Amino acid sequence: MSFSWTRVGAILHKELRDYRRNRFVIGTMAAVPVLFITLPTIQLIAANATGKNLSVRIGLSLLYMLVIPVTMPSVVCAYSVVGEREQGTLEPVLTTLIRREEFLIAKALAAFVPTLVIAYAVFGIFLAVAALFAHPVIVSAIYAGPHVLVQLLFTPLLAGWAIWVGIAVSTRSTDVRVAQQLSVLGSIPPLIIVALMSLNVITESIALAIGLATALLAFDLLAWRVVAGMFDRERLVIGRPG
Amino acid sequence: MARRAPSRPGHDEARPSRSAGAFRQPCQVRVTSQPATHAAGGAGLISAAPGPGGSKDGSALVVEHLAKRFGDRVAFDDVSFEVGYGEVFGFLGPNGAGKTTTVRTLGTLIAPSSGWAIVAGIPLGAKNGSAIRSRISMMPESPGLYLRLTVTENLQCFAGLYELGDVRGRIERALGAVNLEDRARDLCGSLSKGLRQRVALARALLSDPAVLFLDEPTSGLDPVATREVHELIASLRERGVTIFLTTHRLEEAERLCDRVAILNTTLRMIGRPGELREQLFRRSLDVRLRAPLDDPEAMFGAVPGIEGWERTPSSYTLTVSDPDLAAPALTRALVAAGADILSIAESRHSLEDVYLELIDEDVEARAR
Repeated sequence: MSFSWTRVGAILHKELRDYRRNRFVIGTMAAVPVLFITLPTIQLIAANATGKNLSVRIGLSLLYMLVIPVTMPSVVCAYSVVGEREQGTLEPVLTTLIRREEFLIAKALAAFVPTLVIAYAVFGIFLAVAALFAHPVIVSAIYAGPHVLVQLLFTPLLAGWAIWVGIAVSTRSTDVRVAQQLSVLGSIPPLIIVALMSLNVITESIALAIGLATALLAFDLLAWRVVAGMFDRERLVIGRPG
Repeated sequence: MARRAPSRPGHDEARPSRSAGAFRQPCQVRVTSQPATHAAGGAGLISAAPGPGGSKDGSALVVEHLAKRFGDRVAFDDVSFEVGYGEVFGFLGPNGAGKTTTVRTLGTLIAPSSGWAIVAGIPLGAKNGSAIRSRISMMPESPGLYLRLTVTENLQCFAGLYELGDVRGRIERALGAVNLEDRARDLCGSLSKGLRQRVALARALLSDPAVLFLDEPTSGLDPVATREVHELIASLRERGVTIFLTTHRLEEAERLCDRVAILNTTLRMIGRPGELREQLFRRSLDVRLRAPLDDPEAMFGAVPGIEGWERTPSSYTLTVSDPDLAAPALTRALVAAGADILSIAESRHSLEDVYLELIDEDVEARAR
């Protein structure tokens, strides 16, 4: 039986409908961006344009933006499999024609699409506010160098990492809370490298950014296959290896 | 009428008896996976052949020596039976007997450790999972509905997972089958347990399955909701849907199922409820008199057709070869002896009696 986007679409629609009606998910999706845009925006507007550490300040502000694609999907994805299992909704789905790759892609897309929309929207708002209220020197510094490229490039790739780590943890967990904690922890490592670049500990360059992005992309593609291999119907139904 | 049959001979030595007792020996009860033609010759064999509409070639389910082990723990072992198309087959057993694991195995969610099966005409195996799932439906014990989605949205999701055409028409028909058309726009979270169970049943019917597995469909439901689900299953039966029903509720199995199997890790018995009763219990008459007989041995020994008797607190239970012949003769003998007869009736053993007897045997066997 071949891969079916109809079945992916069925799960994706269901997930998005479910998010819309879940106050916890809506609250989290709204609160995280607000939290991570307020502080860097204030910091940037209040920054001294002639300060020595201007580049570091800008890097730190932009780093906040990259926390969004890491934290937002990890919580949602940690719930994706073990949560359905706890609710008793996983078994009926597994008795249908859906293939594990389709199920996982649907779950990943359901987290990826809103994450990307929100993360880019927040970054757009940040740039707009900076352009309107920050010192022109600061605005120039933001647009100079690889800052914007890093944001645009790493937002989907970091989201992909967080999503696959979250789903992998969820596939092997028996408790939603544990899955969410492990998922958040597991999504942090690539952020450290980005942080070192943003804070100029690693000298950032377009070549380095593209190199790291390529590595992350390769990981994201590989992760889908690895997680699909971990997705075992029997284990998911009975809660342990058969 | 005694709810349980009288004790087995040898277990009640204080009671006067000349018979082999009302029970047949457990060793006579054997299960065979062979069709009826093979089983008919052997006394005490119970056919595992399909019921109406079924045959070896056209069976909805053929299961042979199927087993599932989780490490050292045996979930079920050496299970063999057949289910014909259009049959309602009851799968009974206590908690932990392996019923749900059997259903999950036949539903391709769990791989068997040994044995083989053909489900809806397709051999059970890793490569045939999707093909089998396209021809069956399973309704787990928990309805497993998305509570923030409406009834229709839940069904739309599953229609998509089966890639069904004419989604709207199918949903309307499925909801019509469970009398839920007027709740189509309601959130599943706002429905009662019984209504959720009905939605789950509608979901299971969406794909027009050849075989429908219902795992404890009335578990946790109140009597009214239970009756509603029973009526739905009965209506599906009338429409010719093959149903594999696991249940704890023996009256449910007796009322709805053409045949039942009793599982307690291994298959203990299989057959029509009436056959199981006949296999396990001898036919008997329950005699209630105003006053005890002075010499029951002489009285019952003189009546043709009475094979044994025993005294219960309020009556006499007589083992008979044919109640229709023995009852008139007995009545005449009692009247002639001047006994005041309150009632003479044939003892009716329920499926529950059969079930409890078998489970008790297992408990005793394990104790030994």
